Amino acid sequence: MQMQLRQTVSAAVLAAFGTIAGWTANAADAPKTIRIGYAISLSGVNAQGAATTTLPGYDLWVKDVNDAGGIFVKEFGKKIPIEVVAKYDDTSSAENMLRLEEKLMSQDKVDFVLPPWSTGFNLAAAPIFAKYGYPDLAVTANSMDEEQLVKQFPTLFFFLNQPPHFGGALIEVLNKYKNAGQLNNKIAMLSVGDQFGAEMSAGFGAGLKASGYDIVLQKSYPLGAADLTNEIKEAKASGADTFIAASYPPDTFMLTGTAITQGYNPKVFYTAVGTAFAEYGGNFKDKAQGVMGIGGWDPSLPGAQDYFKRQLAVTGHAPDGWASPVTYASLQILQQAIEKAGTLDRKKVLDTIVNGGPWDTVVGKVDLKTHIRETQWGAGQWQNGQFVGVSPSSMPGAQPVIFPKPAW
Amino acid sequence: MTSTETHKDARIRRTRVAAAIATLAVVVGALATVPWLVSDYGLSLMVNVMSYLVLTIAWALFSGTTQLVSLATSAFFGIGMYTVAMLIKVLPLYATFGVAIGVGAAVALVVGVLTLRIAGMFFVIFGFGLSEMIRELTVWWEINQTHTMGRYVFVDFDTTMIYEHLLGLAVLVFLTGWLLRRSRLGLALLVIGEDETVARQVGINVPFAKVTIFIVSAMFMTLTGALMAPRFGFINPNFAFNPLVSFQVVIMAFLGGLQQLWGPVLGVIPLIILSEQLQTEFPFWYSVFLGLVFMVIVYFLPRGVTGLLEDVWAALGRPLELPRGFAGPLLDAWAWLSRPISLPRGIAGAIEERWSKFMPRPTQRR
Repeated sequence: MQMQLRQTVSAAVLAAFGTIAGWTANAADAPKTIRIGYAISLSGVNAQGAATTTLPGYDLWVKDVNDAGGIFVKEFGKKIPIEVVAKYDDTSSAENMLRLEEKLMSQDKVDFVLPPWSTGFNLAAAPIFAKYGYPDLAVTANSMDEEQLVKQFPTLFFFLNQPPHFGGALIEVLNKYKNAGQLNNKIAMLSVGDQFGAEMSAGFGAGLKASGYDIVLQKSYPLGAADLTNEIKEAKASGADTFIAASYPPDTFMLTGTAITQGYNPKVFYTAVGTAFAEYGGNFKDKAQGVMGIGGWDPSLPGAQDYFKRQLAVTGHAPDGWASPVTYASLQILQQAIEKAGTLDRKKVLDTIVNGGPWDTVVGKVDLKTHIRETQWGAGQWQNGQFVGVSPSSMPGAQPVIFPKPAW
Repeated sequence: MTSTETHKDARIRRTRVAAAIATLAVVVGALATVPWLVSDYGLSLMVNVMSYLVLTIAWALFSGTTQLVSLATSAFFGIGMYTVAMLIKVLPLYATFGVAIGVGAAVALVVGVLTLRIAGMFFVIFGFGLSEMIRELTVWWEINQTHTMGRYVFVDFDTTMIYEHLLGLAVLVFLTGWLLRRSRLGLALLVIGEDETVARQVGINVPFAKVTIFIVSAMFMTLTGALMAPRFGFINPNFAFNPLVSFQVVIMAFLGGLQQLWGPVLGVIPLIILSEQLQTEFPFWYSVFLGLVFMVIVYFLPRGVTGLLEDVWAALGRPLELPRGFAGPLLDAWAWLSRPISLPRGIAGAIEERWSKFMPRPTQRR
């Protein structure tokens, strides 16, 4: 009887150990989901930019991955779906953004964090991503100090080039027609009164002067200017064949509208941020034909047209011809790097992002060996209802420029 | 007044002071250990609480006594932060803090002398304009002189250091407020707040008193901004001069109540916890919520949440007045909404009333 009791107890203990061992084994099994989180401006001054460029890409990517059953992770031998466990509102305040990034990484302990919106926020967040070892695919950021920053913060990646790249791409186009005698060397240049306008006009100006151009009109206007008629009139009176504006979306639309009503038809009409927006084509329709702008895109790339249609259908936001597809591409890289590394270990995924490229994306092949996407469009042009890349001409898929811009 | 009563008063006063100092020492000691007890996220939340605590108490030093609502908080906070950002490459960190305080005090002096003569409403708008003007000037300077915008502050001054310094600053601003209430200047400011004409009549140097306290308050705000600079790492004028800071401070002070020195504590903590919940659980709704809180405080909670509960309790004890029909309660509500608005006394006001029933205060000597 005593013997039997002892056996029963032993059996019970063994069974208990077995159960615990079973639990432990289960814990080493595949996680149910890959946990993703982000803090972004859902309210405040940055909300519109985040909602236009960044959020639709995040939403579409999560849907695309999960429709396909998830990301295949070799160490678990199966596809694991993505779950957005945290979507926080930084209220367009840098202090809130920093704290929420710390929450995502130190408290929620998500597997991967997607970056915030805007250059300033991404530069401020970079030290935190680096501290916690999270890959930082900062798409909506560019800086004159990119090379130094990626050394300082080893998890940081840049996807948009430094300002002189964009100036150089436009000057390449201008030189071609100037040297053929079809374009005079006079330039009318406007810039918006903030960081972007300052750095762009400085970068463009130096390059233009070096190539023998004469900037006959150079003027900056305040951010949020309500009327730019005088500026357009001055540009018209300046006799310049080339009009360049280092502008932001609201002024890009206003400058174009004013140039149309004033009948200002320079041979080259270039505006910066916003020109690539789908709304630009939607707004100006046929009149957009021949307008040049910053960025560019090659819609003939594999998957590109499909991406465009899906984003519109899924999120209701048509992507722009510059940073939107790059946002989606950065997530395609993350996905492929997880698959190639075969693990959710962030250190290994990070190494794979750096060394595993070039990656196939909707913006073509992207290599991140230097942590900076080196090959990219500098200037694009509206051609038959699409904003396509035209320069540098060395880019595969570069379209011939429409010159001169047809009259409005 | 007999001498025995005076003696008793003095003893009560001494006991109160000793109790207050002991409590403060225990609380500060406990708070100083926080960095070793909480996660990184917990600590950054505490940094947020502590920075708003200093800003709100500093705001109340000026606005609570003079009854002039100032929206210049973000201007001084920004001056502190941006001064550090501009000088960090040429000066040691603590030296940049010193310069920042000097710049903040100088701006406060000029602004105070120029504007403290103007009436309340205009002063509110001016404070808001000041912050925006300095931001635009900084942007203009950076674009035209340095051709860049955004500066890096990478120094060996981590979140724990920032927290401990802010805690020290909070103690300092608290003591300043405590001493102010016991000084001639504090009394003068109270008289000015009640009636400026009377203050002039009794011989108070009104502009001097106002400008002095405005500068002291501004110096605390400036130093808070300076201490927060290393936390950001990358700073541009839009980060530094964020108008939301000014509004949050006003709302926190009103929610907590201005009568007691520690009133802001009761406004800062609930609002920060609530905003954190909104940002993480109900994104999109943050700004709407902030506006609603402000309206609720000004219209419905002149004595804080506790005051509201007391009113409801009293109303429940009253007999129903049916003969007046259904329009009766509506008329009452209308009359209640149309009452003149006074500066809210907040949660602290309610607690103060309860407290006064238990703890005797020394008789006022005039």
